[in-house]
Amino acid sequence: MNAIVLSAIWGVVMMFTSVFSRNNKVVRGIAVTGLAVLLITNILEMNGINFFKVDVKGMMVFDNFGLLFNAIAFASTLVFFLLSGRDIEKVGMHVADYCALIFFVLCGVAIASSFNTLLMLFLGIEIISIPLYILTGADKRNLKSNEASLKYFLMGCFSTGLMLMGITLIYGVKGSFNMDVIGMGNGELTPMLAAGLLLLLFSMAFKVSAAPFHFWTPDVYDGAPTVFTSFMATVVKAAGFIAFIRLFKNSLGSMQSEWQLMVAIITAATLFIGNITAVFQQSVKRMLAYSSIAQAGFMMFAIVALNETAFEGLIFYAAAYSLATIGIFAILIKMKDYTFEGFNGLAKHQPVLAATNTIFLLSLAGIPATAGFWAKFYMLAAAVRAGHVLWLVILGVLCAAISVYYYFRVIQAMYFKDGDAQEMDATPAFKGVLIGIAAVVVLLGIFPEWLIDKLYYFF
Amino acid sequence: MPVLLIVIPLLSGLIAFLVKQEKSVKSWALLSSIVSLVISVMALTTKNDSWLHYNLPWLPELGSSFNVGLDGMGKVLCLLTGISFPVIFIATWNNSYRKPNNFFALMLLSQAGLMGVFVAMDALLFYFFWELALIPVYFLCSQWGGERRIPVTFKFFIYTFVGSLLMLVAIIFLYFQTPDKSFSIDSFYAVAQMSPGTQAWLFVLLFLAFAIKMPIFPFHTWQPDTYEQSPTAVTMVLSAVMVKMGVFGILRWLVPVLPTASFQFGDNPATLCVVGMLYASFVAMQQDDLKRLFAYSSIAHMGLMGLAIFVPSNMGMQGVMIQMFNHGINILGLWIVVELIERQMGTRKMSELGGLAQKAPVLGILLVVLALANVALPLTNAFIGEFLMFAGVFTSLASKYHYIFAVVGAISIILSAVYTFNMIQKVFFGNTNSLTAGARDIRLNEKLVLSALVVMIIAIGVYPKPLLEITQGAVDTLISKMMIKNP
Repeated sequence: MNAIVLSAIWGVVMMFTSVFSRNNKVVRGIAVTGLAVLLITNILEMNGINFFKVDVKGMMVFDNFGLLFNAIAFASTLVFFLLSGRDIEKVGMHVADYCALIFFVLCGVAIASSFNTLLMLFLGIEIISIPLYILTGADKRNLKSNEASLKYFLMGCFSTGLMLMGITLIYGVKGSFNMDVIGMGNGELTPMLAAGLLLLLFSMAFKVSAAPFHFWTPDVYDGAPTVFTSFMATVVKAAGFIAFIRLFKNSLGSMQSEWQLMVAIITAATLFIGNITAVFQQSVKRMLAYSSIAQAGFMMFAIVALNETAFEGLIFYAAAYSLATIGIFAILIKMKDYTFEGFNGLAKHQPVLAATNTIFLLSLAGIPATAGFWAKFYMLAAAVRAGHVLWLVILGVLCAAISVYYYFRVIQAMYFKDGDAQEMDATPAFKGVLIGIAAVVVLLGIFPEWLIDKLYYFF
Repeated sequence: MPVLLIVIPLLSGLIAFLVKQEKSVKSWALLSSIVSLVISVMALTTKNDSWLHYNLPWLPELGSSFNVGLDGMGKVLCLLTGISFPVIFIATWNNSYRKPNNFFALMLLSQAGLMGVFVAMDALLFYFFWELALIPVYFLCSQWGGERRIPVTFKFFIYTFVGSLLMLVAIIFLYFQTPDKSFSIDSFYAVAQMSPGTQAWLFVLLFLAFAIKMPIFPFHTWQPDTYEQSPTAVTMVLSAVMVKMGVFGILRWLVPVLPTASFQFGDNPATLCVVGMLYASFVAMQQDDLKRLFAYSSIAHMGLMGLAIFVPSNMGMQGVMIQMFNHGINILGLWIVVELIERQMGTRKMSELGGLAQKAPVLGILLVVLALANVALPLTNAFIGEFLMFAGVFTSLASKYHYIFAVVGAISIILSAVYTFNMIQKVFFGNTNSLTAGARDIRLNEKLVLSALVVMIIAIGVYPKPLLEITQGAVDTLISKMMIKNP
């Protein structure tokens, strides 16, 4: 509850800071403070200290799972601000507004991670989506940004409509929005329930850009200002997955045998399309867009499996993937040329950027001793434990091997090819933060249980 | 002690990144590798058994621990790793590299990974080191290799990465079958009998990973290219130590864990091995490039080890153990010779060389001994190993086709004599040409390492008993796990 209330308040505060201060440094300072406050209060709430005693009538449940994810999301956003905060200023004049929108997104994230009725799910998803439509189009004079924004908006509205329809149908069958009520029963699937379930599944698949509902992703990620792509591809996508798994675990889990195969097929398609298409990209930014689809395919394993290992794994995946991707994007933003050739020879004059970027890429590829390895490990383990879907596991590891191809192309460009990569103002502080994240990625890669234990007992 | 074997190269490797001066980083790497060698020798001779095992909780929730230990097989392979690195550093002392600090740091890191693979007693830890040994080698080859290095190493990396991911799936699956949900090797050995179908595909997954690494025909295509394009120091690591990871993996993680499947399907990999031996030998005969010649010859030798494992017998296993060590020593010597020739003449093409024995008599003598060992002539170390393996295959009761395997496999030994002596003739005898007329004999440090290797070859060839005794225990447990009576 702390996070929801505070992030909403802080968003409003951010909106008004631009009235009082035109100094971007101040705005950024307030935003970073806000994120720190959110993170701390969220951790306090994990330990049972709640500032706002609101009777939510069972519409929300603040369990470890959601709170831990909140902490990860806030920490990732904080890192994002520390790394790329200065680049937000380059997008346009309304820095304070962008920050405010990001806080509203975070409010939606906090709702989506703790909803217990379908209504709150809908609210959370919408609160996340609407600010994103605006952020995507933040670069007002850029045609691509405008196109991306409109495309995102139209497709997003459509999927929201599907979700509402699904919720309505399920309400028609079960007579309640409450997930516990929906989860009751013997798992029998009436036609109307099946239709509702399908519509919900499709709309959620759209939000997390799973194939074949992924077509908006590359265009939107490519068109949006790169700073905001970084945010959308990490925190927001992870939040979508948390909502996804919450929905399926708490309400539709009893019907798992009915939808498991369908979700497995969606997973397979996502993995396949994401990885194969990423191979053919020439721009690193677009490659990362497809790689985010591919990574989404791996996160879908959690929904296929839906067991303890999957919950632990999804939390871990969210952290590992967000940290690494935010890092890569932060470096990408500093580059003059977004193609693979633009990275040629970066290791020569920016060894720190190249080395940290390598660690992030290795993590995304799932090489041991990085956090990404455990993320993939838990996903595979969850699927193996669930049984029935070993074909999916084999497909998954083959796709992981394909992913090595495009991640390593960046490493090859940086280290083994000659060229003069152009980058802009990489300050010592920026490098310091990068090294810090890389250290966290490696430490989590060696001791993953530091994070996963937090699901069960706190500090 | 096993912990020291990992930690010393790991830490000294990390420190080496910071030492910018070429001379000092070389000395530092050499020093570190010699310390590792001393420790691996001590591990071999120590009587105190508690030094050889170490267990630290690592991931308690998951049932994985930092469990390392040395048995006979591990000791021998650690010794091989321990010997290889100082030899490599001394033999390539006169080479200079761009960014020497990175080069030597990565070399030491790969040593840490290799040591880790050989001492890991926990499946997850094994997987960890298995990959960690690969990453530095990837960077080494891509940065300091030959012209076509980038695509070639990339192929190598993706090839082996596919294999290891498949292995990871198998490890996870086995983990859920263990009685106490643990990754430790004892739990893996205690996995209850699974249905034949399950065993079959687990066998395929694990076998693929190890077969790619060894490499067994038809998964070998990465190997000649990679050996050719890598800097020779890295080729030495790859062929002397790293391919042994494949054999080691089969012996520790495949055959004892899935004994029934190994027994049932053993004929299939054995056939692949035999085909590979013949194929590689024939291809080796056609090669003009020395590096490619030895690369294919290496495939043939590894094929024989695979054959002896999958057509098991006590004698054959004993042969595999000792031959892993011998092959490492021999191939190390051959690569050093290749390196010396290339550095002096600027070519590795046999057709452009000739008459080197007149100009470099010491090198000639040493090479002939190495070549004899490559052909497995009596009194060389390889004779012991290959004889045991062939005798084991021939008398094995595990396969119906053991006679055919042994006889066809033996043809490859004859072929190996053909290409090895052909190579000697072309490179060392005959008349000198304009290129080789100015050749000098080898330097002191090179003489030193080569003669040390030659001494080892002959010593083991004459008196193999100590080495055989070390591995006897490992062979016995292995055979008893496979539930096959001694022939």
